[in-house]
Amino acid sequence: MQMAKIKIDKDKCKGCLLCISFCPKGSIKKSKGLNKLGVNFVELQDSYECLGCMMCAIICPDCCIEVYK
Amino acid sequence: MEKIFSHPKSLRDITTHYCPGCGHGIAHRLIAEVVDELGIREQVIAVAPVGCAVIAYDYWDFDCSEAAHGRALAVATGIKRVRPDNIVFTYQGDGDLAAIGTNETIHAANRGENLTVIFINNSIYGMTGGQMAPTTLLGQKTATTPHGRQAQSEGYPLKISEMLSLLAGVKYIERTSLHSPQEILKTKKAIKQAFSNQIEKIGFSLVEILSPCPTYLGKSPKDALDWIRDVFVKEYPLGRLK
Amino acid sequence: MKESHKVTKSVRKPPRRGQSHKVLITGNEAIAEGAIQAGCRFYAGYPITPQNEIPAYMSNRMPEEGGIFIQAESELAAINMVFGAAACGARALTSSSSPGISLKQEGISYIAGAELPAVIVNIMRGGPGLGNIWSAQSDYFQATRSGGHGDYHCIVLAPSSIQEAYDLMFVAFDLADKYRNPAMILGDGMLGQMMEPLVMNKNKVINYKKPWALTGCKGRKPHIAKSFYMAMGDLEKSNLRLQKKYKTIQQKEQRYESLFLDDAKIILVAYGSMARIAKGVVHKLRESGERLGLIRPITLWPFPKDVFLKLSGKNKKAKILVVEMSYGQMLEDVKLVIDCKLPIQFLGRAGGGIPSEKEIISVTRRM
Repeated sequence: MQMAKIKIDKDKCKGCLLCISFCPKGSIKKSKGLNKLGVNFVELQDSYECLGCMMCAIICPDCCIEVYK
Repeated sequence: MEKIFSHPKSLRDITTHYCPGCGHGIAHRLIAEVVDELGIREQVIAVAPVGCAVIAYDYWDFDCSEAAHGRALAVATGIKRVRPDNIVFTYQGDGDLAAIGTNETIHAANRGENLTVIFINNSIYGMTGGQMAPTTLLGQKTATTPHGRQAQSEGYPLKISEMLSLLAGVKYIERTSLHSPQEILKTKKAIKQAFSNQIEKIGFSLVEILSPCPTYLGKSPKDALDWIRDVFVKEYPLGRLK
Repeated sequence: MKESHKVTKSVRKPPRRGQSHKVLITGNEAIAEGAIQAGCRFYAGYPITPQNEIPAYMSNRMPEEGGIFIQAESELAAINMVFGAAACGARALTSSSSPGISLKQEGISYIAGAELPAVIVNIMRGGPGLGNIWSAQSDYFQATRSGGHGDYHCIVLAPSSIQEAYDLMFVAFDLADKYRNPAMILGDGMLGQMMEPLVMNKNKVINYKKPWALTGCKGRKPHIAKSFYMAMGDLEKSNLRLQKKYKTIQQKEQRYESLFLDDAKIILVAYGSMARIAKGVVHKLRESGERLGLIRPITLWPFPKDVFLKLSGKNKKAKILVVEMSYGQMLEDVKLVIDCKLPIQFLGRAGGGIPSEKEIISVTRRM
């Protein structure tokens, strides 16, 4: 059972990719598609592990990520 | 499952104009989180700078005043003296606080005005296109130091927080950084301390936050954070100065 | 009700209901006391001659009324403190003299752009540059053309006596609040330094509601005090709003004094301290049958166009002599409104020089 999960608001994402650098489980990846801002946004890997550590949400400058535990 | 992290109430849910990886977004959020946690949204009056954050008042959901470039601490002094029960803070960049506004900064600090100051130090002038700031490092190339900052013509990186810490009217100064989630949490703690000091009427409290400007550092957002961690902090060491 | 005049030593006691105080007082102190009685509760200023009595007086008097006095680190800081205080709804004042008023121009532009009420006192001295500390009227352009950047106006009031300086403080704060605009009192070193009797009547003070003020957003949407409009079209809209306001002020708030306009052959036009001398000339020459008249603008902005327009309508043979302690600043406004319909001459001295009665009379004799 999943311990935690995140929700990413892809249309607020500016593609800075900082969350990818700081996720300890490598659970976030850069998308292939573009969002409404015209950038490659971030999304969860197909199979991912989430610790609910909130590193991604804390580093995100645009409040794109909600964390659930 | 319970939601354990979402955007704070005092921050409007809109896309900002800041560049990808800009530190302003994080700093704005931390301030909003602190305001929410301290329950002071209805007492807060913010003073916005001139710089990239000139429209910070469009992002925060509390009363805010503009200020002419550098004058935020004079405007804040006027506000706080007239409304001492409100919580008044300024949010200023390195040019606003330590170049054009140096006089207002020093004297508000020296008068010991019971204010909270959030000083965003990103080593550059972002809004106007990447010119040298008082805190630009020696050798750092900018729009106005194309060969790198030279001590003999441009002087040295200015240590305004160290200078202010000499003043009796100043009660709290801490320098923090945004280069990792751990440092961001320390920054939030410092911001909370600076706001709590005002509530407790302790006096002039300033948090200097080393912040990334990926665009004018010419780096990716992650590399900009690493530059702060590896290079910038050597000139501007983190920690409590007063 | 019969007024009882008391000559008192202390200027600090405001008059009781139904009574008035008569005091001997300097112009600077009268301005400061007038501000306090008009409800000013925030003053920030910096020392500069010849207005130093204003901050000194305020440092004692303001705390007595529970107000705030700050000796700021510069004139620039002072006007920005006034911005902050005004944004919170306080009646806020700063004062300075010519070079210091130059420093304040940025702040005044911001105050006008953010539509905040504030009062600025300029006790003019000789210029340009550091100049000297004597009287001058060389800041007329700066005051009425609004010396800062952008399309805005300060309401400018020019007292000619200490009594009027006191009374106009009430008008200045009233107009500033009424129109959400900076208002300026344009005095000069002579007026600021001299002493005259002043009758302090308790002039009426209207308390304007300020629903726009920054007070903390309890129970309402947050307010923003700003003059910055980046979105396409927004700044133009804001400017049109200001222009509409200025048009209203121009229609409704012109003030002037006039003497003997009905039959005058030569009309002197002067303001402030210069008008006292001009008035003296008018009365002197009237005694010997010479038909002189006077127009003394009290509002320099809005310039009292209407009296001049009536003049060029009725009095087609009158000649005008503008007298200033400058090299021809108000002269331009007179020329603009007269529009070549009447002959205009000018007599001016500046840099501390003051046109004397003798000099004025000698010019009128040649007209």
